[in-house]
Amino acid sequence: MIGPMIDAMSVKPAAVPAGRLPDPKACQRIAEEMLGRALDAGADGAEVLVRDGSELEVKVRLGEPELVKQAGSRALGLRVIKDQRVAVTYTSDLSSAGLTRLARDSVELAALAEPDPEAALPAREEMARAVDDLDLWDESVLSLDVAEGIRRARAGEAAALKLDKRVTNSDGAVFGRTVGASAFATSAGFSGSVRGTHVSFAVEPICDDADGKKRNGVYWSAGRFAAALGDAEEIGLEAARRTIAKVGARKIPTGAAPVVFSPEAGRGLLGQLAGVVSGGAVWRKSTYLASREGTLIASPLVEVVDDPLIRRGPGSRPYDGEGLQSRPNVLVSEGKLRGFLCDVYAARKLGRRSTGSATRSIGGGPHVGVSNLILRPGKTPAAELERLDRALYVTDLMGFGFNPVTGDYSQGAGGFWIERGERAFPVSEITVSANFDALWKSVDALGDDLDTRSSVQCPTFRVSEMMIAGS
Amino acid sequence: MTAAEIAGASPLDGIDAAIAGRLIAAALGSGGDYADLYFEHRSGADYVLEDGRVRTVGRGVTLGLGVRVLRGDATGYAYTEELSEDRMLEAARTAAQIASSGAAPGAVPIRPVALPNRYPVAEPSLGRAGADKVALLRRADAAARAADPRIVRVEASLAEEQREVLVVTSDGHYARDRQPMIRFGVSAVAEEKSDGGVAQRQGGRSGGAGRFGMEFFDRPGQSPEDHGREAARLAIGMLHAVEAPAGPMEVVLGPGESGILLHEAVGHGLEADFNRKRTSNYTDQVGKPVASPLVTVIDDGTIESARGTINVDDEGNAGERNVLIENGTLVGYMQDRLSAKHFGVKPSGNGRRQSFRHEPLPRMTNTFMAAGSDAPEDIIKSVKRGVYAKRFAGGQVNISNGDFVFALTESYLIEDGKLTAPLKGTNLIGNGPDVLRKVTMLGSDFELSQGTWTCGKDGQSVPVGIGTPTMKIAEITVGGTKTR
Repeated sequence: MIGPMIDAMSVKPAAVPAGRLPDPKACQRIAEEMLGRALDAGADGAEVLVRDGSELEVKVRLGEPELVKQAGSRALGLRVIKDQRVAVTYTSDLSSAGLTRLARDSVELAALAEPDPEAALPAREEMARAVDDLDLWDESVLSLDVAEGIRRARAGEAAALKLDKRVTNSDGAVFGRTVGASAFATSAGFSGSVRGTHVSFAVEPICDDADGKKRNGVYWSAGRFAAALGDAEEIGLEAARRTIAKVGARKIPTGAAPVVFSPEAGRGLLGQLAGVVSGGAVWRKSTYLASREGTLIASPLVEVVDDPLIRRGPGSRPYDGEGLQSRPNVLVSEGKLRGFLCDVYAARKLGRRSTGSATRSIGGGPHVGVSNLILRPGKTPAAELERLDRALYVTDLMGFGFNPVTGDYSQGAGGFWIERGERAFPVSEITVSANFDALWKSVDALGDDLDTRSSVQCPTFRVSEMMIAGS
Repeated sequence: MTAAEIAGASPLDGIDAAIAGRLIAAALGSGGDYADLYFEHRSGADYVLEDGRVRTVGRGVTLGLGVRVLRGDATGYAYTEELSEDRMLEAARTAAQIASSGAAPGAVPIRPVALPNRYPVAEPSLGRAGADKVALLRRADAAARAADPRIVRVEASLAEEQREVLVVTSDGHYARDRQPMIRFGVSAVAEEKSDGGVAQRQGGRSGGAGRFGMEFFDRPGQSPEDHGREAARLAIGMLHAVEAPAGPMEVVLGPGESGILLHEAVGHGLEADFNRKRTSNYTDQVGKPVASPLVTVIDDGTIESARGTINVDDEGNAGERNVLIENGTLVGYMQDRLSAKHFGVKPSGNGRRQSFRHEPLPRMTNTFMAAGSDAPEDIIKSVKRGVYAKRFAGGQVNISNGDFVFALTESYLIEDGKLTAPLKGTNLIGNGPDVLRKVTMLGSDFELSQGTWTCGKDGQSVPVGIGTPTMKIAEITVGGTKTR
């Protein structure tokens, strides 16, 4: 033991110092001024993204603070088009001289690219006319300071450690909070800004198992509003229950069986589906769904929508990464592929209109990206999906194993083996495999338990048969 | 960016010992045990050619300071992108708040750390004309298309970076380093119409990276043509791949990229933080047998110009060569300062971070298995029925229980000692200690992969190297779709 105990209450910076709040209007001014600089430097068209944010991360392990991290950060990303040539640049130097230099350098840089007739800004009539308030800002998040983060993390971890003597260790409890503003201005005829808050909390207990193995489990909460954090002790208890349930996990014999995916595990599969319904993947010939629009690509039970307009949604955005009005897009209904998500470039490549689905980061140009991607829940209580004689219930997936060009899918998995409708024992060190086409067509039940904690949202769902490789 | 900025003058030049001393004093102002400053100036550019056209060029610069204060096992961390003295002091005081009382250690004179130069670059690639890089992309594109008429799409990319770091520590280290990186990649899509007119498609990728300037492309196997042809070969080869088997079987891993197995099976588990916290399945195993006696695993940050090589780690300690497992016995862990203090050993030059926004963690550099004595062809011949794995997409491990998985992108069935049908992409899943005990043959053909490997941990990415000779695993689960 080195040094005195650290008292949470003595660590007391104000959470977000007054006057240092991310300011969307200030970001928007910077973006608009930068747009002017880019056009002055000779760009035919330009887009500017400015982000300003502050982060706080507090981690407690075995009752003591392990990490307190806090900082603010601002950056600007620029895309310029000159003579149909594109350059994408970024900087964290927002001084006037720095930005003027960036504008000039970016226009020069564009000369290195080759003319691309499809690389143009959206048409003026496509642009968002107003910025909807999607309720993404919770003022009360600002009062969640270091001391409060430590208090919650201690409470959550302590609850996990107390539940059962098999919980012998902890990888800690983490509280995180981000507060940010973002502005976007484009010479296509849009300028807007938004601000948002986000909070998260996770507890990860550890149990000892046979042969020196340990079992870790995690449970977490997250959302735009402070209320989404839930009760720290409840999170800790659930984390402990999930961890204890893994003790004694073993392989199962190789063979085919029905597979039930928990909402957490299923999210990974749904995320992969997002990649293959992207217009970008279609013109790149990199999706097995390229020629399948309007055809059955999933069970008739499956409905998938990308909805950027959900109030308080983790992935909500009033306008997209090119300044177009956001809108919900139905991707799959009654099992049929209804369309591809497109940004302006993909839309031009495919001879269609953008679906308002561009995302962009500071360091990269726009590309197709999902907002809140949702696999619509069914009406069956989730627990009923497990009422099978023999099946695998998957709680964890690991590794890379999806080929979007062919749809071949294989990942490491862990979870429970189900016998006669009950979880008989925990399972690990196996893989689950199928071709995505067969996998989605074999979805035979959807639970009613949509998990809305993250921007890719799933209920529990069941696939009637997959290949399991084990012992 | 001007040539002068690339070659000489830097925003970090203004950070002298006096300013650093004031910032360290502020960081320890609340009674921390130790503090460090991490200045980073990173310049990068990237070029992408798609469908025969250079579609975008990108460039960016980041600059910032991260301040870390340690008090016991606790870390206070803050950063700033503005290097005015006021903002830097503010970051130092924010990080200082992790400590609440106690006397700060006395001031220690700051002394430059003498560093080797393990990535001598005659001319940073960033200083060279963009047109030279565009020409490389064109060569790759042409080579991939010329390789086979069935190649219907090619994408080539080049990314270059120069990361300049300055680490100043409260125990007097002052280390400044320039870390170049160049990365090149090609992906190709092959298409073949079957008799019914249905198009079958497959993709292939090839890439290389290292701490080089433009001379990188003169190295064996690293020309744009090499990568273009290799991406095409993989895409074409996969067109007729068959379903991979499911279940446990003998597996032979080819040289080089198979090092991903080590990275996942033991590498992460031997990072000291997991063992200090007793969350790794290798906790308390130092001195004990943890692998077959054939197995010697080394983490080496000193290999000239390799992707994971560092003259200095991100805590001011020189990069080192560390034997982790020797003839099957666990020798030691990869240490950062925090864990080294806990274990009462010296830091091993493994304290790394993604950027100034991140606290250092024990991380791998170039991690590999030393060569054995078997002829690679004998290893394949020894297998009656199994899988030969040659190229990989990536892997993941669960530190606690040691389960790891890694994805195969090029593999073949072995039947009666010969490679036969190419297999569709699949995974191998195993348990680290279990699989390392089942290494039964080890080739004499050690190879360090020159791939574009990036390791992720706690949300931080760092470039790493991997390597192995050919090896045989007596049994590991193959995650295919076909039962025997």
